[in-house]
Amino acid sequence: MPDQLLYAMEVTVNGLMAGVLYSLVALGFVLIFKSSGIFNYAQGVFALFAALTLVGIQNGQVPFAHLINSIFGTNIHKFGWHVPSVLAIILTIGVMVLLAILVERYILRHLVNQPDIILFMATIGLAYFLEGFGDIMWGSDLKKLDVNLPQGISETIETTTFNWFGYGFFVDKLDIVATVIAVILVTGLTLFSQYTKQGRALRAVADDHQAALSVGISLRYIWVLVWSIAGFVALVAGMMWGAKSGVQFSLSLIALKALPVLMLGGFTSIPGAIVGGLIIGVGEKLFEFSIGPMIGGATENWFAYVLALLFLVFRPQGLFGEKIIERV
Amino acid sequence: MIYREAGDFKTTYKDDSQTFPIKFDRWGYYVILAIAFLVIPFVINDYWANAVFVPFLIYAIAALGLNILIGYCGQLSLGTGGFMAVGAYSVYKLMTAFPDVSMLVHVVIAGLITTCVGVLFGLPSLRIKGFYLAVATLAAQFFLVWLFNKVPWFYNYSASGMINSPERTVFGMIVTGPNTSASAKYLFCLIFLVAVAWIARNLTRGSIGRKWMAIRDMDIAAEIIGVNPLNAKLSAFAVSSFFIGISGALFFSVYLGAAEVGEAFGIQKSFLILFMVIIGGLGSIFGSFAGAAFMVLMPVFLKNVLVGWMGWPTDLAAHMEFIIVGGLIIAFLIIEPHGLAQLWRLTKEKLRLWPFPH
Repeated sequence: MPDQLLYAMEVTVNGLMAGVLYSLVALGFVLIFKSSGIFNYAQGVFALFAALTLVGIQNGQVPFAHLINSIFGTNIHKFGWHVPSVLAIILTIGVMVLLAILVERYILRHLVNQPDIILFMATIGLAYFLEGFGDIMWGSDLKKLDVNLPQGISETIETTTFNWFGYGFFVDKLDIVATVIAVILVTGLTLFSQYTKQGRALRAVADDHQAALSVGISLRYIWVLVWSIAGFVALVAGMMWGAKSGVQFSLSLIALKALPVLMLGGFTSIPGAIVGGLIIGVGEKLFEFSIGPMIGGATENWFAYVLALLFLVFRPQGLFGEKIIERV
Repeated sequence: MIYREAGDFKTTYKDDSQTFPIKFDRWGYYVILAIAFLVIPFVINDYWANAVFVPFLIYAIAALGLNILIGYCGQLSLGTGGFMAVGAYSVYKLMTAFPDVSMLVHVVIAGLITTCVGVLFGLPSLRIKGFYLAVATLAAQFFLVWLFNKVPWFYNYSASGMINSPERTVFGMIVTGPNTSASAKYLFCLIFLVAVAWIARNLTRGSIGRKWMAIRDMDIAAEIIGVNPLNAKLSAFAVSSFFIGISGALFFSVYLGAAEVGEAFGIQKSFLILFMVIIGGLGSIFGSFAGAAFMVLMPVFLKNVLVGWMGWPTDLAAHMEFIIVGGLIIAFLIIEPHGLAQLWRLTKEKLRLWPFPH
């Protein structure tokens, strides 16, 4: 087989893995958009905040240490204990649920029935708030996230592909773990929304708010539930990205990467988020590999958007989105 | 008592349809213009010009532009930063290519170039609506920033990849470059702001503004009653990008002096201007001014209070600023989703009756 084709195949495999990570972030968007019609820009910052909290709890950091030190002139930084990963993850989930409750109580409840753009702006405000809050709480330095996920090149794949094609593919173990986790997560969410009482209520709210209210479903409870699940998805995404490239401010920018995925897949479809993520992941890696060197590289920043834009011109509701019906 | 329309008789149709039908408003407007042109240029110093007035004037132009697109025509756009970059780089290329031409001409031509780019990126709006469009305009944002970063022709092959604004004049007065006086910067931006606001006000009152609003309220219905959506949407994109291009050109050449595209015109800039429009009030000229003033003044105020007064370390104050800005935006949206313009409208309603509420 020619080398170029092999390289392209390797790039495709890696693109698929990157696409899975995009899908993870996009999933959080879709969950919230489906159930409350809110375009939650803060999803990326949720991931950052969750990852920061996880690292902070693990390392026994004192929250608001910097603030306390500069007000009271003390010098405290750590509690001096080290929390095991599993416990830290559970505690972080707790924090995310608490966050969901606070968001519902202090923001959403007051903004019912407002136009979409107002809610969208409110989530941008929330993103700003959480960015500052996360930094004040845990400090803004680059942190290393270590939750015992396997990392480095996967030898099995390398040797197998070497035996097949005479060229070993480079695939990060972490990406494989991420893929497995994403599959489990999506299966779990699908089962949850199909076969549990809460899941049915959730789908009812997504279908029609008022009808759901009239049969006795508590909108507030559902919103807290959905935002908690989105927080949990954000935690998973934050863990994966954090383990890959460290926990820092740029983590919140992955939200921007998830937007074209959403456009491509449709704002309301969970399978759409997955397929869209894969298309974008493979598309941008292949484009960067084939065309990128000719026009100066770093095309990954915009290629996804342009791809999604061209796509939308032909199908305005995305791949799997609900058909937009408008009446006068 | 003072603020009333009673006794203010209109005898011609022209009088009846003027911009400020109430005498008090009209006089207030003249007084503000007089102060802006005749008083402030003589008392302004470098700190006030750079920290408050010049950014306010420039952002107000951008906010007016974005407000036309979002507030009047209902097309959500997140590409403002990218369009400002087009204005900035066009003016840079013009300034370096034609050093003898007046800056006024350069800035206007930069605006016209941005118009063309804006219309190009506005084309998808004919098919795509709502949030899909908002995300689609991000394509413009990222693509344009990447383009200005990667193609050396745009920054004249300078080694640092930055663009620096050389010294240029208007009628013999230096308006760009390091030797510009505070009042020259201020006046130059003010002239553009007044012109742009005048254009915006009159466009939105006329037939084209009504067409935009019809499209905003329901585009299918508008089409049925005879509004051409192609013309209406693209003209909104054109006017909006023209204003944003002017503001980008001024932002780079007068205010920053040297700019790196990713930093000066990144996605944060798009959001900042969107905040101004929302906090000021969608579909309101006054709101664009109020929103720009609010978003320019608040960080200056917070910095002075937190660092200067309470003596916090700067990094902590920067984080606190994020928290406060975010919190204020949320609080604003909850208390008054129609923005500062609506508060002003309510105040005026109250003032008409004051002090006799019945």
